[in-house]
Formats: sequence, C-alpha cells, structure tokens
Amino acid sequence: MTTEYFRWTEYNWKDPDIDWHKADTLVAGIDVGSVSSQAVVLADDKIYCYCNTRTGSNSPDSARNALNMALSGTDIKQDDIQFIVGTGYGRVNIPMAKKAITEIACHARGANYMGGPTIKTILDMGGQDLKGIHCDERGKVTQFLMNDKCAAGTGRGMEVMAELLQIPIIEVGEMSLAVDEEPPPVSSTCVIFAKSEAIGLLRSGWTKNMVLAAYCSAMAHRVVGLLERIGIEKDFTITGGISKNIGVTSRILKELGGIESIPLKPDAQIAGGLGAGLFARDLLIKSRK
Amino acid sequence: MLFFNWFLKRMMVMPGYIANYGYTDGSGDYYIVVDTDKCDGCGKCVEVCPQDILEVITDDYDDLVIVVKEEHRKNLKYVCAPCKPVSGTRDLKCQISCPNEAITHSW
Amino acid sequence: MSIAGIDMGAQSVKVVIVEDGKIKGRGIVPTGFEPLESAQKALDKAIKEAGITREDVKQIIATGAGRKSVSFADRSITEVTADAKGVTSLHPSVRTIVDIGAEEARGISCDAQGRVLDFAKNDKCAAGAGAFVESMARALEIKVPEMIQLSLKSTQDAPINATCAVFAESEVVSLIHSKIEKADIAHAVHDAIASRVSSMVRRIPIENDVALIGGVANNVAIVDVMKKHLGTELVIPDKPEFVSALGAALSAAA
Repeated sequence: MTTEYFRWTEYNWKDPDIDWHKADTLVAGIDVGSVSSQAVVLADDKIYCYCNTRTGSNSPDSARNALNMALSGTDIKQDDIQFIVGTGYGRVNIPMAKKAITEIACHARGANYMGGPTIKTILDMGGQDLKGIHCDERGKVTQFLMNDKCAAGTGRGMEVMAELLQIPIIEVGEMSLAVDEEPPPVSSTCVIFAKSEAIGLLRSGWTKNMVLAAYCSAMAHRVVGLLERIGIEKDFTITGGISKNIGVTSRILKELGGIESIPLKPDAQIAGGLGAGLFARDLLIKSRK
Repeated sequence: MLFFNWFLKRMMVMPGYIANYGYTDGSGDYYIVVDTDKCDGCGKCVEVCPQDILEVITDDYDDLVIVVKEEHRKNLKYVCAPCKPVSGTRDLKCQISCPNEAITHSW
Repeated sequence: MSIAGIDMGAQSVKVVIVEDGKIKGRGIVPTGFEPLESAQKALDKAIKEAGITREDVKQIIATGAGRKSVSFADRSITEVTADAKGVTSLHPSVRTIVDIGAEEARGISCDAQGRVLDFAKNDKCAAGAGAFVESMARALEIKVPEMIQLSLKSTQDAPINATCAVFAESEVVSLIHSKIEKADIAHAVHDAIASRVSSMVRRIPIENDVALIGGVANNVAIVDVMKKHLGTELVIPDKPEFVSALGAALSAAA
C-alpha cells in the first residue's frame, strides 16, 4: 500500500463532564471544507462534542459523516439536535442544516468564542483558501478578504510539497525548523513553480529540511502579504489546518514583527463549525420567542 | 446578546464591514472592495456593469448589500478587463454609479 | 556574419542563428537547473545546424525570462520586442501577437515595422500557460500529445476548476469517479487556458492579422479553442517556439 503523505489522523472529542440531557438548547454546526470537515455540538453555550475528519467526494456525505463521527461515543441522535447550521467552502450542500451561513461569519464567531473578545484579526489557512478576517468584540465581521483562487499558501499547496519530499504532512513543521540557517524562500507566487524550484534545489544538494524551510518561508510571506492588505490589529489568532504547522506559523509571526498569536482551545480547526453552532443557538432561541 | 443586537438595529445603524472580493495570484492582487457601511443595496452598480458581475443579496447580518457573483470572483482580472484597457482612460462604471462611494478596486 | 538570438524560457532555451536576415540554424534544450549550461548547449546545436563555427557568431542577443543571466550575450531585449520583430519578419501582415509559453502568456499590438504599440501579459500563474496542460496530463496519467488528441474528441463540457492548476489536479480523481471522460477533462483544460489568454489579449486592441506563437502554439487543441475565443483566424509561423529567439537575432541588424 502506498503511503499517503497528506494523511493526518481524524479524531473526535467529547466533554466528559456535561450531561446534555440537562441542557436547555442542543444545537450543531457543520463546516464542510474543501479538504477537511468539522461538526461541533453545543449543549447550551458549551462545546459538548466535535470531530475533525477528511472531506469526501460530495458534501452531503461529508456532512453526514462529520456529524456521525462527532456523535459517536455519545448517546445523542441526530433528531435530538434542535437546530443545525451549515457552513463551508462555497456554502456547500448540507441537507440536515436548517440554514447556511458564510464561513467568514462563522469563523469570526468561533474564534471570538475560543479566543475571547480581544481577538481582532483572524488568519484562517484552509485546505484550498486563505482568509483574513477582522472582527469586533462580539465576533461580528468588520472586514474580510479571501483568496481561494490559488493554491499558494493553502493546505493543498503544503500537500503537494509533502508528497514531493515524501514526508508525512504532520512532520513538515518540525522538520522545517531543524535547519542551521534559514535558507532563502522559494517562489511564493505559484505552487507549481515552487515545486520545480524545489526539485532543482534538492538536486543541487539542499536537504529536505532546507527545502521545507524555504517553502514554509514562502508560504508565510504570501500569507503576510494577504494580511497586510487588510491590516493587522491585536489580538491576532490563526485558525485552520495549517495553524498546526509550526514551521509556517512561527515564520508568519516572525515576519509580522514578533506579534503573538492567541492559541485557541480546544481546537483552532473547529472555528467554522463552532461559529455555525453558535449561530444555530441564536436562531433557535430567536425562534422560540 | 440578542436583545443587544435588536436594540442596535433599532436605535442606530448597525456597523457594516469591508468586503474584499477577488484574489491574489502570481501576477497581482485583484479585489473589488465593498464598504457595506456605505452600501445600501440600491443596485445601481449592478445595472451599469457591462459584464454583469455584481448582484444584490441579503447577507448573514440581514442587510441588503452588493457582492461579486461567485462565478466571477476568481476571474476578476479578466472579467473587469473591458473597463480597464492597458492604455486609455479607465471608466469604472460601478465606482462612478455608486451614490455613496461604496465601491473601490484594488488595481 | 552570423548573429545568434537566445530565448531563455522558463522551460526551454531556444537559439536561432541568422545570416543576412535568413535563418541558418536552430537549437532547443530544456532549461533545467543549469540555465547557462543549457543556453550554451542550445547555441552549440544551432551552430552545428548552421554549419558554422563559434567564431563566426559575431553577436549574441538574449531575450526571455532568464535573459539577464546569459552572461555571454552582448546585450538583451525584452520578450515583447523580440516577439514583434520575429513575427513581422516572417508575416508582415500581422498586427496582433499572442505568445503562450510554459509559464507566461503575452498579448502584443504592433505596427507594420514590428514596433510594439501596446502589450498585456499574464505571468507567474500556471493556470494561464502551458504548465497547466502538463500538470493535468500528469494527473490524467497520459502524455501531453495524447491529451491533445483526446481533447479534440471531446463531446461535452466538464466542470473543472479553471483558476488553479493545483486545484484542478486534485479534482481529477473525483471527476473520473463521477464518470467524466478524460477527453472532456482535457478539452476543459484547453478551454480554460484559451479563455484566460483571450481575456488578457482583449485588453489591447485586436487587429488582423492575429498570430499565435510560443511552444504552446504547437498544441492543435489550443489553436482550435483560441480561434473560437478570439473569433478570428490565426497565423501560426513555422516552428512557433523559435520566433522570439529569431526576433532577438534580427534586432541586432543595425
């Protein structure tokens, strides 16, 4: 069986202390992204359970799969959930959702919940897009910019490099930092061109670590370019799959002049699904009035 | 929290957001920037655009605003090209038509 | 007296040797990772074909993306200038030139003397150039010539991501899964490239005759869709990938 270097482990989590039967509201948010999907279930305003799984070949199946995975190990049935909001790449088609809300609004809401009201700037590095979002203390969007035209700076771009160098994607970050000296970055404008450059660099004697460092550096540079277009105001935080790649995040923070990034707990990758769940709760409460 | 939102909407204009629709690739940054604080969804820009790339929608916060249509968002450089010849004067019809100056282009 | 024009492209180096305005020899070598070496090899090939020696080459003019790196050239000119000179020397009726290369595409408006009046270009994005064809051929697990032939047999449109060659590549698996024919995918790729290039060209005045040059002009599927998108006939010079190098060589005639 050939190794698939882009694979990361799918997982789910459940809060052991909450008894959802006692909750006044039980809602869910499902975020079907281009590469990964998350479902988040909220009991009242607390996260009860969630999952992170790879998106399949169609969105209704991916949504169903994500929700089932989040609920596995719990005694919740889909019918117990009182309101579901769907979000994700291009609004997608999430049949069990009563309403769809843009991923931008959901991300801001989710980051605000996890990071607190001081969060002003959110960088989301997704599977096939890059987003820069400004929000206010309530998590309402005040500015946004999304680039989903181009693989440079996205998860897919990182997958291409991991495949080329035959390195599991979860190890890329650490490896890229294990260099004596920071090498100059490769092309930051196109993954395909960066790939050819990388091949040339390997041939001329660069180690895989150096190539990864150069690539993460290029990605960081591209991302910072996007952020500078909308400006960076503290507090700053990063969401999305690549937020877990320390090789890219550390270089971004360095290029931004040493700004700190607020870590998001429990999981920076669920911001979209969490935000969708929070909107679901608002809409449920509103409908009860 | 919900009461607060309702109150704001009633008592004063809900602050909008700045939306950047477009993309960046190797050749540059191409974004149409809509300030929804200024946009009231009147749709004049939608009428004058020769390429029909704009439309009025209701956003997540229940306001009428204009957006760049999904099928054109990633092709802005090409689809806006007729209003931006390499040489010659630029007549950005959308920008000129807006009574509140809500639209700008990044290129 | 022989003059050499060297076009340092992103993917291949092309050399044309002229004598008294006539093409005497050509050479083409992949740029690879040692561009200067490749340039030398291409020059040697052209010299051999011309039946002359290195000493007979009195001037070397460089053009192309890597022109500044040709240390042994006497001077360099821009690709746009080279294209205009090269095309009009072969086809004096041309007023608009479309050059599609491996990594860049250009649109040029010129006059009867081959002087550039206006130009537009797409660069640094694989989706608007030859690199897209190649990356999709890899994803479809076929060679480029086969992909071109398949494309001509297409019977319907295929929904592919036309804005990024990497995204399109990752869609191939699910497209084939949904029973979309390879021929239709191949055609959609060519169509996407032609659509982008045509929109770019429309930023300059388009006047007949319109010429198509660059390595990608050898791709009959591209020629086909470009004609449709531009709505004109296309003049395709012989060996279109060498036209830029030819223009560089001819620009020395002063």
